[in-house]
Amino acid sequence: MLTRRIILGGLSVAAVSGPGAMIASAQDKPYVALISKGFQHQFWQAVKAGADKAAAELSVRVTFEGPDSESQVDRQIDMLAAALAKKPAAIGFAALDSQAAIPLLRQAQQARIPVIAFDSGVDSDIPVATAATNNLAAAALAADKMAGLVGGEGKVALLVHDQTSRTGIDRRDGFVNRIKSSHPKIRIVATEYGGGDHLKSTEIAKAILQAHQDLKGMFGANEGSAIGVINAVKELNRKLVVIGYDSGAPQKQAIRDGRMAGAITQNPIGIGYKTVEAALKAIKGQPVEKVIDTGFYYYDKTNIDQPDIKAVLYD
Amino acid sequence: MTMAMPKQVLLAGSRLSGARHRLLAFSSLIALIVIFSLAAPDFLSAGNVIAILQSTSVNGVLAIAATLVIITGGIDLSVGTLMTFCAVIAGVVLTYWGLPLGLGVLAAIAAGSLAGLTSGTCVAKLRIPPFIATLGMMLALKGLALVISGTRPIYFNNTPGFTEIAQGSLVGLVLPALPIPNGVLILFLVAIMASFILQRTVLGRYTFALGSNEEAVRLSGVNTDRWKMAVYALAGGICGIAGLLIASRLNSAQPALGQGYELDAIAAVVIGGTSLSGGRGTIVGTLIGALIMSVLAFGLRLLSVPQEWQFVVTGSIIILAVYIDILRRGKA
Repeated sequence: MLTRRIILGGLSVAAVSGPGAMIASAQDKPYVALISKGFQHQFWQAVKAGADKAAAELSVRVTFEGPDSESQVDRQIDMLAAALAKKPAAIGFAALDSQAAIPLLRQAQQARIPVIAFDSGVDSDIPVATAATNNLAAAALAADKMAGLVGGEGKVALLVHDQTSRTGIDRRDGFVNRIKSSHPKIRIVATEYGGGDHLKSTEIAKAILQAHQDLKGMFGANEGSAIGVINAVKELNRKLVVIGYDSGAPQKQAIRDGRMAGAITQNPIGIGYKTVEAALKAIKGQPVEKVIDTGFYYYDKTNIDQPDIKAVLYD
Repeated sequence: MTMAMPKQVLLAGSRLSGARHRLLAFSSLIALIVIFSLAAPDFLSAGNVIAILQSTSVNGVLAIAATLVIITGGIDLSVGTLMTFCAVIAGVVLTYWGLPLGLGVLAAIAAGSLAGLTSGTCVAKLRIPPFIATLGMMLALKGLALVISGTRPIYFNNTPGFTEIAQGSLVGLVLPALPIPNGVLILFLVAIMASFILQRTVLGRYTFALGSNEEAVRLSGVNTDRWKMAVYALAGGICGIAGLLIASRLNSAQPALGQGYELDAIAAVVIGGTSLSGGRGTIVGTLIGALIMSVLAFGLRLLSVPQEWQFVVTGSIIILAVYIDILRRGKA
């Protein structure tokens, strides 16, 4: 009994003493708790890097947490509850399911803790601001690039991560609507969903390529989908214009060696940075823009190494 | 060695060592609470304590279901997705069909029991090892939850009172200073019920006996298959309650959620001193195990321990808990 208590105690003390000391020294800085949709994924790590950068520059204390997978809505709610107990000066929140979070967001509102929505926003009027990529505009840019590269006519297809999330819907609609409105000679022959899973996306992309031997271009709407398209094109030894989304080492490599024409990148670092920046403004009672566009870029072989692009790409 | 012992001796022994382990687990829980409240003054704030209890409710109920099956010497990997499946069933009955709240609750629990009975039948009648049978069940239920819901969350906005199941507070109505959510109340009710079944009923006695020495029980003329199926069905019904809790808490049935939750439940069972080889275990222990897990999670978050280290600490404590259990049994 004694052993267990001592070991347990020792373990916990060891685990808490480091950050505990840090808290004491940072007590005077305003504290912003960020609850994201994910944690391990490179994209979220880049958001975290941006938040940490803002924290250092603006003298704010920031913590960053997110559930293991984007289906764990209840885990995210627990994290939000724990964050509220810490009485932060502001909260940054990227909701997995807006409705599920409303009771806790109301608590934040009652406690006069400003909430900044980031990434995909929260369907509620509680957040004072939303810092996110304009996915509709970004996917429309991808459509324009695609049209230019295939010569303004022919068959193209889309591989999207899912049909339910905000980002999935916006990227699909942004691409499809722009093709329909501005490039009438291009025909979209398939729109499929691969869950963002590399392997599943590869299989689906292969099926699309088999079905349409004269396909001229394909758009992968997130990292996993884009990699699936590249894999399929390589396995079937076909030649077509591939446009991707986000970054990651394999996608960057594909752009460098020409298997992918180019890709849209969001600005995850900017999302993290601007969320913290907006939070600080809200804490100080300064006016905050309701919608903060965190920006996006199209990158290809020619500009992948430019400093402003390089800064927002991740491996 | 254990196998050769007469049943009575073994049962008596297990009760004794169970009590000791419970004390161990309980003192660990107290130690954790003391450490966290010293390190983070907000730890014992009403809001945080309620959040901890609230987050224990779902995992606690799942862990109780897992405990029953584990005591029989089996394992149930399907508790997480079964919970989701039942939540989706409640969503279909209440939102799509618009039936009254009571029917939705019944349907979820009935669906859970039925699924549990199916697993139990696979294990008892078809002789499929519990690990495999419930692994298959886990995947099948995950798929069914997605199919039935149409891969979309089902919201309960048209069912007034549904969120009250977990989020409301009957205690708070009587004692406004103590707004303990109903979900926590339900966790304790389920625990009391399961404890009663294990300790005071024939089903409970056979649950332990199956885990200690199934062959001996069979040879003494007991229909072990039937009792085993009953335990799995009971566990399934309890998962149905967990499904209602999580759906009420999120005001939605989230069909993609659930996989991975079985491991948290099993971790709570093990920390609480229930033996994975069966025949030994308590509901109180499991409850303490589930509380230890959420106290750890919330405490580490409150201290802003980086998330990657939270996993390391939680994992180490699970291993430690089981190792100490082995040490103690070696001495006994």
